Amino acid sequence: MTDAIVIKNLTKSFKNQKVLEGINLVVPQGKMLALLGPNGAGKTTTIRILSTLLNADGGQALVGGFDVAREPKRVRSIIGLTGQYAAVDEYLNGRENLEMMGALYHLGKSKIKPRAQELLEQFDLVEAASKPVKTYSGGMRRRLDLALSLISTPPIIFLDEPTTGLDPRSRILMWDIIKKLMEQGVTILLTTQYLEEADKLADRIAVLDKGKIIAEGTPTELKSRVGSERIEITIDHKSDFKKAVSLIQGSGLRQNPEERSIGISTDGSVKEIKRVLDILDGAGIEIDAMSVHTPTLDDVFLHFTGKETNNITQ
Amino acid sequence: MNFWTPVDYIIKLINPFLNPIFNMFDLKKIKTNRPAPAATNSFAQEAERKAEESWYFALSDTWVLIMRSLKHIFKNPDQLLAASVQPVMFMVLFGYVFGGAINTGSINYINFLVAGILVQMAAFGATTTSLSVATDLKRGIIDRFKSLPMLSSAVMTGHVVADLVRNLMSSFILIIVAFIMGFRPVASFTDWLLIIGILLLFTLALSWVSAIMGLLARSVEAVQWFGFFLVFPLTFASGAFVPTESMPYILRVFAQNQPVTHVIEAIRALMIGTPMGNHAWLSIVWCIGIIIVAVPVASYLFRNKSTQ
Repeated sequence: MTDAIVIKNLTKSFKNQKVLEGINLVVPQGKMLALLGPNGAGKTTTIRILSTLLNADGGQALVGGFDVAREPKRVRSIIGLTGQYAAVDEYLNGRENLEMMGALYHLGKSKIKPRAQELLEQFDLVEAASKPVKTYSGGMRRRLDLALSLISTPPIIFLDEPTTGLDPRSRILMWDIIKKLMEQGVTILLTTQYLEEADKLADRIAVLDKGKIIAEGTPTELKSRVGSERIEITIDHKSDFKKAVSLIQGSGLRQNPEERSIGISTDGSVKEIKRVLDILDGAGIEIDAMSVHTPTLDDVFLHFTGKETNNITQ
Repeated sequence: MNFWTPVDYIIKLINPFLNPIFNMFDLKKIKTNRPAPAATNSFAQEAERKAEESWYFALSDTWVLIMRSLKHIFKNPDQLLAASVQPVMFMVLFGYVFGGAINTGSINYINFLVAGILVQMAAFGATTTSLSVATDLKRGIIDRFKSLPMLSSAVMTGHVVADLVRNLMSSFILIIVAFIMGFRPVASFTDWLLIIGILLLFTLALSWVSAIMGLLARSVEAVQWFGFFLVFPLTFASGAFVPTESMPYILRVFAQNQPVTHVIEAIRALMIGTPMGNHAWLSIVWCIGIIIVAVPVASYLFRNKSTQ
């Protein structure tokens, strides 16, 4: 099997800030790799280098066997890019956007119209096809944006945070579309801040933090590396929250004051669960809900970085 | 030794000089030896078929993006309003507000004014490119075009051509309004063709400068200052609305020698028969000079935008 994307020791700095500090990745043909990390980790920079929009400082990136720096035109002809912001033409309608993109991809004239129609149907945009894009909702824009990058049926697709800012319904619709693409044997590199998304969709996950890959493996592998069960507790009263956190302590403690939830790693034994509950009960702190579950990728991130996925705004 | 050998020789000779220029325009490099396909994996065939660089695709990309920008004129209410209502307002306001107070000697003020307003409107019309380019950059459309196997700098050509068409439309409306207000030109058919030619050349030059401003601007809002800092002084400190003789010395020297005045005076001479002097050829030299500098600069900035 050929490797669709090969990244070797890729580095990139903006002014004095190092954005990528030597990244190595391989995506086999027909597989999906999710690049997981918080804002500012270097996800978009990686995608921009792979899609020939940005030159790397060092290292090498091969897409479809072509060096992105040496043969950008060949790379461009086999990729589809969906960026973080829906890059669609506001004043044209959905169909015009698709047909324009088809012409710019140099599809034959006879192929453009049927392909545009096919994508409109596939992405649930037939009704909106003749309306200007500026009247579209956020979810419709994203769908059109993805449809635009698929007009030439590219074998390799880059999806840069395709569901960021979408409502749950649109997100699920987007996931279905991405799953269908994978069934068609397309190679996908997806970036996401949503651990659930990477877990659900990807064959492999690379965790990116501050320009370095801190962990890589299948979703199951990554989760098993963290090793233990987790207890998730929701405190009833907000006023009790700080007290509860200071009382519980424990390894891999994670707190979310807004949702009044506390998570800790345990061995999953009844004894351990009872200990935690006894502490809270003794202090007169009421519990709203409690659950025991296998680690999520949020926990994975915490495990590998030793910190929360505190997103810094770009 | 065959028929093409001299051609090959000449191409080899001029190749080092031509390639930087072709690179600048992102067009096909002249190659005497076509390289063998680099990759032989399953992606290679796909890439070969679509990435084929040629003048045909360069032209077709440009055409597609011209059509895109032209559609914007009619689908964007702001642009349509600017093209249709603005000339009426300009002509009526300037004609009736200043008309009685400005002394243009033996020339009727409406007759004097039309050339000035026409050029000022064309200048403002040409700033639309900067707004369009800045908006495309901000929205990420230019990134999308750059990730395609196409001539992405054609996006600027599209906006520039749209400026030409929009300016033609608004000029037509302005002339009609002027006629209603009593404009009586002496221009012949050939004179009108020359007027249109100069006006389009002027728009073309300014639109390319405008494209540079759009690429340099840090935000869409910042682009608005382009009109304020460049077009306002150039069109008002000119012979557009008042005879330059009435201005203070320093301003008059500037006003009488800057390109916009030459364009206005050339058009005015063709329209109502004022003395032509050097205005016609000076305005053409200015415009072509600006185009020769602005197009490569715009292409260079476009290529290097966010690819450091």
